Amino acid sequence: MPSIQANAERPPEPGLVEQLARDDVERKKFLRMAGRRMGAGVAAGGLAAFIAACGSSSSSSSQSTAAGAGASSSATSTSANAANVSGDLAIVNYALTLEYLEAQFYAKVGKSGLFHGKTLSVLKSFGMEEAEHVAALKKAATSLGTPAKEPVGKFPLKSAAQVAKLAGAVENLGASAYLGQAGNIQSKDILAAALAIHTIEARHAATLNTLLKLSPTPDGAFAKPMTMAQVLKVVKPFIA
Amino acid sequence: MSTSDIQHPELAGVDVAGMNRASFILRGALATGAAYGAAAVAPFVSDAFAASGATDIDILNFALTLEHLETDFYKVKGKTVGLSGAAKALASTIGDQEAEHVAALTRAINAAGGKPVKKPMFAFPVRDSASFLKLAYVLENTGVGAYNGAGPSLMNKQYLAAAGSIVQVEARHAASIALLTGMPITPSGAFDKPLTKSQVLAKAGPLIKM
Repeated sequence: MPSIQANAERPPEPGLVEQLARDDVERKKFLRMAGRRMGAGVAAGGLAAFIAACGSSSSSSSQSTAAGAGASSSATSTSANAANVSGDLAIVNYALTLEYLEAQFYAKVGKSGLFHGKTLSVLKSFGMEEAEHVAALKKAATSLGTPAKEPVGKFPLKSAAQVAKLAGAVENLGASAYLGQAGNIQSKDILAAALAIHTIEARHAATLNTLLKLSPTPDGAFAKPMTMAQVLKVVKPFIA
Repeated sequence: MSTSDIQHPELAGVDVAGMNRASFILRGALATGAAYGAAAVAPFVSDAFAASGATDIDILNFALTLEHLETDFYKVKGKTVGLSGAAKALASTIGDQEAEHVAALTRAINAAGGKPVKKPMFAFPVRDSASFLKLAYVLENTGVGAYNGAGPSLMNKQYLAAAGSIVQVEARHAASIALLTGMPITPSGAFDKPLTKSQVLAKAGPLIKM
């Protein structure tokens, strides 16, 4: 069992988190699956800006998880507040992009005809909640600056089993993504909102894991975070 | 208030002994959850810590008290209510994970030079499997609200990351129990936080008993 210190420590470099992520069998499967569709590990053009922008806030606090991508950042103390706002905006836009994709995914799943009855209604309700996350994050991004544009998602919807697996992977990824940003958010209000969404993603993930006969707590007693760069790498194949 | 206002009467029957601040705030959180639902717990806890100028160690001790409560609930009370099958297996897994949270929080408080609160005495108003699972569901949702409410008050980002890591697991517990019992998976809708924060706080404030 990890100590809380070790668990809480922001990873000094992406390699450590990658190592942690590798311990998770379900995530591993998903990364492998996603990897097959991926070319080089270059972030999608429209998303690279988020990574770079996030790096700009890393000088004001502890190491940003995306610091590797923002090595050139050098905000001075006088511009620290502006850097905090742009850092929060980058994180909110990152979350918004993920939620857009989740909402699109569930909308397509709902119309796919692959699911019926109770499972369909659960998936639809999750989709509606993702849409609410989109609306809230868009509002938050607008209050900070310019919200991210809606990406065009592409999702393989072949069979109920494959889609359920993908849904589970997406929700677990979402939960890891929010967890990975908690320590990087400067505004208490944005943090409170992110926490309020984080545990919804966790509830969705646990539900889908249970439906898939996987453990609802795949990381054990302590959920593991993922960095922005790691998450975007996984997400990239699902953006048209 | 009239009994018809009570959202989770079973929470009102949970007894936390203990004269420290963590126990006081936990009692307040439980009373708030009982009266206004688990969704009201986050703003209550958030306000309790913001108003009291709590240190990170205070907040970690609050979390520790909550985890002691949960561990005791699953590992002690859970053995007395005749659980079987999937419910027994789930309660056992969750109990072990809550115990890991206790151990980790205790270590963190010690490492920070603080004094971990002693495990208080607890009493739980459950008699059978059904009432146990119902209270388990409410306690997990209360835990989600408590961590989400306390999180923004933590100054140390490492503690925040640790609290996030734990609360995600609490939310997963809540969903697992929801699936087992047919309770709502997302009882507060799309956000584990009510939108009418100030209104809820105005109502919940008087429930804090010292």
